[in-house]
Amino acid sequence: MKMFRQIGAVTAMNFRSLPQRVSTSLVVVIGIAGVVAVLVSVLAMSTGLIRTMESTGRDDRAIVMRNGSIAETSSALDRNSAKLIVDGAGIKRDENGEPILSAETFRILSLRKQADDAEVSAILRGVGPKILAVRPELKIIEGRMFQPAVAEVIVGKSAHAQFKGLNVGDVVRSRGANWTVVGVFDTGGDAHESSLMTDAETLISIDQRGSFQSVTALLESPAAFQAFKDSLSANPALAIDVVRERDYYQQQSKTMANIISIIAYVVGGIMAVGAVFAALNTMYSAVSARLQEIATLRALGFGSTAMVMSVLAEALILALIGGVIGALLAWGFFNGNTVSTLGGAGGLGQVVFELSVSPQLMILGVVWACVIGVLGGLFPALRAARLPVAVALRAV
Amino acid sequence: MTALVTLRNVTKSYVRGKQKVEVLHGVDLTIETGEFLALMGPSGSGKTTLLNLVAGLDQPTSGEVLVAGDRIDRLSRGSLSDWRARHIGFIFQFYNLLPVLTAEANVEVPLLLTNLSKAERRRRVQVALELVGLAERARHKPNELSGGQQQRVAIARAIVSDPTLLVCDEPTGDLDRQNAEEIMNLLQALNRSQNKTIVMVTHDPKAAEYASRELHLDKGLLTNDTRRAA
Ligand SMILES: Nc1ncnc2c1ncn2[C@@H]1O[C@H](COP(=O)(O)OP(=O)(O)OP(=O)(O)O)[C@@H](O)[C@H]1O
Ligand SMILES: [Mg+2]
Repeated sequence: MKMFRQIGAVTAMNFRSLPQRVSTSLVVVIGIAGVVAVLVSVLAMSTGLIRTMESTGRDDRAIVMRNGSIAETSSALDRNSAKLIVDGAGIKRDENGEPILSAETFRILSLRKQADDAEVSAILRGVGPKILAVRPELKIIEGRMFQPAVAEVIVGKSAHAQFKGLNVGDVVRSRGANWTVVGVFDTGGDAHESSLMTDAETLISIDQRGSFQSVTALLESPAAFQAFKDSLSANPALAIDVVRERDYYQQQSKTMANIISIIAYVVGGIMAVGAVFAALNTMYSAVSARLQEIATLRALGFGSTAMVMSVLAEALILALIGGVIGALLAWGFFNGNTVSTLGGAGGLGQVVFELSVSPQLMILGVVWACVIGVLGGLFPALRAARLPVAVALRAV
Repeated sequence: MTALVTLRNVTKSYVRGKQKVEVLHGVDLTIETGEFLALMGPSGSGKTTLLNLVAGLDQPTSGEVLVAGDRIDRLSRGSLSDWRARHIGFIFQFYNLLPVLTAEANVEVPLLLTNLSKAERRRRVQVALELVGLAERARHKPNELSGGQQQRVAIARAIVSDPTLLVCDEPTGDLDRQNAEEIMNLLQALNRSQNKTIVMVTHDPKAAEYASRELHLDKGLLTNDTRRAA
């Protein structure tokens, strides 16, 4: 109890002398705010990417690819295989009794970003005629659906917002054709919104590549997946892998999200080391500036624990202020901002996603700030406590 | 009279680099309750060192230090600081007030180590400030006070917790003649009317005249012990 009173009294005194040390204290606050802002915003990227990817794909849809393909990019399915997949068990059927699936293929289109004119690669996905049944979440929000046999595309909402030249009526040039944008679609914020879509047969005939790359099938239920997979695997004429759609996209994004997280921690870590030194420097000078006060208080009977705790408390509070500022900066500037991946997550092309500065991330940032503060305050605090009183009093 | 401070064969050495320098060579000293002792001697003779041992700011290399019934040479660092809070009032040459605190807040500092209520602390601060004649300057910061006034605030801080022993290292060393006289009159009054035991290190023979006993330290040995009739 008495200890807390001592700590409180000494800390209060320290804080009253803080105005005389504003500039050095600001260095700590700003430094830590910077670390936290960078850490939180970079981590917000991986969280955002994961979130986008988690919302991409459903448990009751399956993707069929050639066996051994890690991603759609490296997969190819000939027409025969595509036909055989139609007979898989557990595929949901429409009112006409036809299985709901979409044999798909895609090409990479080179586009430019709205923001900085940088070249990006977007995906042009050729889809089957039943695409709206396979993907009931796909809604045309502007213009109309593409028609088969003509070079028309619809563009995802994110692609429309991020990339140049994708307004309805614009023409997108690719190697084999000039595609006219006829509509904009929404798929509920998933990764497909970063892509363009057209009719698969049209796409195949234009660049004369006679194969699909994957088949996406809507199943009767999530539980029907195993039966679907087993029935296709049992067919000796098919050499394919069957993956649940959600698992597929999560797998594809995992590597990218991990890389972003590693970058966040490496960059954040390096900056944090810098901030620790800034804090050390500041707290050392705070301690030397107050050496006479500290010596006097200890002569009067204040314990060295109170001294250590009060220096730590000061460092911690500066760090806390910095941490909160940094987290709020990251949140204010970046939360909800859309960015796109640089390379493309797996076979997904440029994925556009929202940075997500979650409360957990902000707390993580503040925790980092506190750790930096404690590390930066500890040695100066111990110095304040260790120096013999008689020596400290003479040093004045 | 009873002995408040007893030093037996006290030595103190400092290690400077590889060399060990003995500053006090076997000091024997008794200070009685109610005495006002002036400790004099040339610079470097070990006055501050001796005072620090009596005040529990430092530990002797050998010998016994008995103050207010406690063998303080045997106390740990932690218990020594509690002991100081209970028994010692400090008056420094450069006042050592906390610049951010007002006079009354400075005087209150030692009371923060007690369990007294806020109201009681306030009352005692008021009494101490009145005693040194600075009640009307209670709200001033140290930099708004003259040197003499600052030292009086420091004296109020030293007596506010009613310590057993007042310890002063050159209390007038930074003051002009007139302020020095005021401070010495105040210390003498505290000694005479409140029966405060005071140990004061000074260079100034005029200041020493206010004391009831004058002791000289030369090269780490006590010489010339004189008592003055009150
Ligand atoms: N921490 C220390 N380490 C090494 N030597 C010290 C230390 N403290 C004091 N000394 C030395 O001990 C000797 C006595 O010092 P002390 O301060 O007690 O003298 P003093 O009589 O108070 O002198 P002054 O009148 O100048 O204040 C000096 O030679 C001083 O240099
Ligand atoms: Mg001295």
